[in-house]
Amino acid sequence: MDKDTASDPAIQTQALTRRFGTLTAVDGLTLQVPAGSIYGFLGPNGSGKSTTIRMLCGLLTPSGGDATVLGIDVRRDPEAVKRNIGYMTQKFSLYTDLTVLENLKFMAEIYGMEKSAAQERIAVLLQRFALESMTAQLAGTLSGGQRQRLALASATLHKPALLFLDEPTSAVDPESRREFWEFLFEMVDDGTTMLVSTHFMDEAERCHALAILDEGRLVADGTPEQLMSELPAAVVEIQSAAAGTRAVREALLAAADIFDVAQLGSRLHALVDPARSQPIAYVESLLQPTGIEAELSVVAPNLEDVFVMATLHKKTEQAA
Amino acid sequence: MNGFSLRRTAAIARKEFRHLRRDRLTAGMIAGIPIVLTVLFGFAINTDVRGLKAAVVDQANTSASRALVSDARASQVIGSLVSANSPWEIERLIRRGEVSLGIYIPADFDARVAQNRRPFAQLLIDDSDPQILRTARGLENLPLQPFDQMRDGGTFAIRALFNPERRSAVFIVPGLTGVILSLTMVLFTATAIVRERERGNLELLITTPVSPLELMVGKIVPYVLIGYVQISLILLLGAWLFDLPVRGSLVDFYIASGFYIVSVLTMGLWISTAATNQFQAMQMTFVFFLPQLLLSGFMFPFDGMPRAAQWLAEVFPLTHFLRIVRGIVLKQAELTMLMADIWPLALFFAVMMTLATRRFRKSLD
Repeated sequence: MDKDTASDPAIQTQALTRRFGTLTAVDGLTLQVPAGSIYGFLGPNGSGKSTTIRMLCGLLTPSGGDATVLGIDVRRDPEAVKRNIGYMTQKFSLYTDLTVLENLKFMAEIYGMEKSAAQERIAVLLQRFALESMTAQLAGTLSGGQRQRLALASATLHKPALLFLDEPTSAVDPESRREFWEFLFEMVDDGTTMLVSTHFMDEAERCHALAILDEGRLVADGTPEQLMSELPAAVVEIQSAAAGTRAVREALLAAADIFDVAQLGSRLHALVDPARSQPIAYVESLLQPTGIEAELSVVAPNLEDVFVMATLHKKTEQAA
Repeated sequence: MNGFSLRRTAAIARKEFRHLRRDRLTAGMIAGIPIVLTVLFGFAINTDVRGLKAAVVDQANTSASRALVSDARASQVIGSLVSANSPWEIERLIRRGEVSLGIYIPADFDARVAQNRRPFAQLLIDDSDPQILRTARGLENLPLQPFDQMRDGGTFAIRALFNPERRSAVFIVPGLTGVILSLTMVLFTATAIVRERERGNLELLITTPVSPLELMVGKIVPYVLIGYVQISLILLLGAWLFDLPVRGSLVDFYIASGFYIVSVLTMGLWISTAATNQFQAMQMTFVFFLPQLLLSGFMFPFDGMPRAAQWLAEVFPLTHFLRIVRGIVLKQAELTMLMADIWPLALFFAVMMTLATRRFRKSLD
């Protein structure tokens, strides 16, 4: 089944919706995740990333819409979905009072792996994820990065064609994060499809394609390059003395044709309505009354700008 | 240093009230436990035992012997009477737990009355329950109609069948095995699934191919062994410290205990699927434990309770296990004699296992 459907999308959702009481956590989500790629879910907390992943894993029943995972309808046969996927939960969910090896053996048995096949597979994963020296260590005593590697090893024990990772690096230092992503790229080379949720821009930028979620809705999707090049705004970078940035920010936000302002250290990115043909002159004119000295230049949009733009409605709602 | 702030204290108190209000189970138990226990203590528990089931062998069958039987019955100590053919049949009925006492009137009853030297008749008593012994002794000096004849030494010779020295450890320890297990076993499994939920392990576990039944059975297996360890420990301590005899077959005892152990373990599993955190699971364990302790016949005689309480008590595993353990350990009963108490345990296990498995969903809905 896996081979034949390799060209079909690994995940397909149609108006997928989940309500908790009066709250709509996921609202009419329609997307496609191509097989053999890393697909990112980018969004702030509460944007519906985890809820969507849980529906796709067969853990939550959708309130509306449909979802097909590896060709299986998640409503009709959630157990078949569970057999074919790997899931790395947001919170470490292996047993902290079992050792690294005991945890892996347990999961292998739960997935019904033959003893010899399990031993072989565990040996391979221990080596790949640099866990060989700590097989007898209790999982609870591992560092954040080690835990994530163990969780990833456990989620891939049964060689799932599709792997869900819910904010896998949120509790990990930058060094471990980079290392972790190298593992993900190795796996995608082996043909595994991955859906990764994150709120880190640099991680989102590594994905082959991504969806930006906000308040349960899909607000943008595409490859990172597409999203950045097709940003419907001009980005003006403002370099100013640190003391001035706050005043500059306020002056710009008040203007009608500035969508939003993002701060990057001592620099500001102003997102200017593309209807303004000369964005630099426009920003200059806005800054003049404040008397603040600033260096202005038009720069290529980065993913942060895309994200700010996609989740823009917040500014307008707050203003209203 | 800040000193003591009433405002902060009040903030803490208000916060605790809010927790209580949101935790409906705890809030319910604030009223529930006193109500249930008061009702149970007040109505169901009756140390003044009446209405014992008795068997009679009347080998004299004279007007005087029949009068003695009807007087015994009129005393209200005896509630229902069955007739038996021999003292040995009475003993067998007592071992099976079908009757609590027996009256044996020998063929020479009239002659004994006339001579007035030896006891006129014999009273066989199931003294595996000390309250029955105490109550039945009330018949000892029953006067003989129609001429109120009384023998100085009592009308009946008393035969306490199982614990003639009346050592309280012999009464208590066998039943204690059941009481202790109904607390420990339920607590072990009641927290089993809740704990995984609290620690976040459950989200991973329910994403694997494991089935609810596999999970439930796997959860109780280790505790079956622990149950056997506990039961053996209590019996060994009983034998060593209190010289407790095990009169029946140990094999029978271990087989019967298995039924009890799995039934209380699955009770705990059911609690574990119903509770949302470990504290709730522990509270629910006690809610189920206390009525069992009071109504099972461990603390107060079963026959002394009103009918409704007896019906309720028949649901509890401990009620049946007490009859089994007293039957085997004290009365030398065989397993086949105790089937009436084995199958309710098996049924309880099956029902609880089904409920727990059905209640457990492999989803976060």
